[in-house]
Amino acid sequence: MNSRSLQTTIIFLVIGGILVLAFSGALGSASRGFTAALADVQTWISGRFLGFQDFITAPRDIVSLRSRNAELEAQVSQLQAQVIELQQRVSETEILAALVDFSRANPESAYKAASVIGRDPSPFLHYVIINRGSNDGIRRGMPVVTNQGLVGRIDAVIADAARVQLITDPGSSVNVYLRDAQTSAVLNGSVTGDVSLDLISQNATVQAGDLILTSGLGGGYPADLIIGKIVTLRVLEFELFQQATVQPAVDFSRLEIVLVITNFRPVDIAPLEPESASP
Amino acid sequence: MRNIIAFPLLALTVILQSAVVSQVRLLSGYADLPLVLLAVWALQKQVKSAWHWGALTCLFVGFISKMPIVVVVASYLGTVFFAQLLQKRVWQAPLLAAFSVVFASVLFSQALSYAALRFLGVPLPLKDVVGLIVLPSLLLNILLAIPLYALMRDLAHWVYPVEE
Repeated sequence: MNSRSLQTTIIFLVIGGILVLAFSGALGSASRGFTAALADVQTWISGRFLGFQDFITAPRDIVSLRSRNAELEAQVSQLQAQVIELQQRVSETEILAALVDFSRANPESAYKAASVIGRDPSPFLHYVIINRGSNDGIRRGMPVVTNQGLVGRIDAVIADAARVQLITDPGSSVNVYLRDAQTSAVLNGSVTGDVSLDLISQNATVQAGDLILTSGLGGGYPADLIIGKIVTLRVLEFELFQQATVQPAVDFSRLEIVLVITNFRPVDIAPLEPESASP
Repeated sequence: MRNIIAFPLLALTVILQSAVVSQVRLLSGYADLPLVLLAVWALQKQVKSAWHWGALTCLFVGFISKMPIVVVVASYLGTVFFAQLLQKRVWQAPLLAAFSVVFASVLFSQALSYAALRFLGVPLPLKDVVGLIVLPSLLLNILLAIPLYALMRDLAHWVYPVEE
C-alpha cells in the first residue's frame, strides 16, 4: 500500500467515524443540526422528485382515468336503463296483482287481460285500442273493467287488437243503479271526459258520495260493476229529473292494463224497442 | 319510386298519433300529426304525389278511428286541396303558407267532425268544443308545423332529387 492510498483510507475512516458519531447522536447539538439539515435537503429533493414524477406520469393517468370514467358512465347509463325497466315491471306487476285480486274476488266472470296501446286519433272521441282481438276470444260488446271499476265496452275487433268505447265518450250511455238511494239513472260521457248522471227521479233521495253501480238494464253491461261516486247533485224543481256529476272510480288518464269480461254476451234489445211513431 | 317511403312513414305517423301525440293534451285538444304532416308535404312545390299520400293517410286513420270514414276522407283530402290551393299563391313565405294550410285544415276537419257527430246524435256543446278542443288543437297543430315543415322539405328533396 503506497502513502497516497494509506492517506485516502485514513481520511475515509475519519470522516466515516464522524458520520457514525453524528448519526448516533454522540456529537450533541452539532449532530442534531447536521441530521436536521440532511433531512431537510432530502425532503426538498424528494418533494421535487415526486413533483417531477407526477408531471411525467400525469398525462398517462388522465388518459386512463378518462377511459375508466367513460366505462363507468356507460355502466351507470346501463344501470339507469335497467332501473327504469325494473320500475316499469314493478308498476305492471302491481297493476296485474290488483287485477288478479279483482278477478279472484269476482270468480263468476272470465277475464282476459289486455294492454292499452293507443287512443283514437280524434279528440272528439274517447276510445282506446287494446292489444287483444278475436284471436284471443274478444268479441264486440264485451265489457272492459279494471280492479277499480268499469272502463267501457268493446266497440270493434280485429284479429289482434280491439277498440274500446270508454264510458267517458260523449256517445256513451250506461244504465246505472244508485245503491244508497235505490234508484236507477243513466250515466253519460262528455267531450271533456267528465261523466254525469241524468234521469234520476225527483223522488229519490240522493247524496254526494253515493256509490254508482251498473244496473244491467238494457243488456249492455253486467250488473253491479262499480262506476264511481256522486260528487255534486243538481236539483231543479221545474225539471223532471235530478242530475249529478260523477267522480269515476277509474283514472282514465292512466289506463295501462284492463280486463275484458269474456263470458258476457250483450243482449241486443233493438228488435224489442218500439219503433218511432209515424205521423 | 322513392315515394314508397309513404307507406312506412305514414304508418309510423298514425301509430305515433295514436300512442303518443293523443296523450299530449292541452285541455281536451291534441295535435293531429298525420294532418300536419300531409299539409306540409303537399306544400312542397316539387311534390307530385300529395293526393296519393292523402288517400293513404285516410286509409290508415280510417282503420283505427271511430270517426265516420266520410269525415276522415274529407278532412285529409281537404287538407291536400288547401295546400295545393295555397302553394302557388304564398310561395314567398312557405312557413306562413304552412301555418295557413294547417289552420284552415284543422278548422275544416274539426267542423266536419262536429257536424258528423251531431248528426249521429252525439251531444256536443259547441262552447265546450270550441274552447276545450278546437282552439287548443289549433295551437298545438301550428306549433307542430314548424319542425315538420323542415323535415318534410328535406324529405321532398330526397324523394324528388334535383336533376343537374
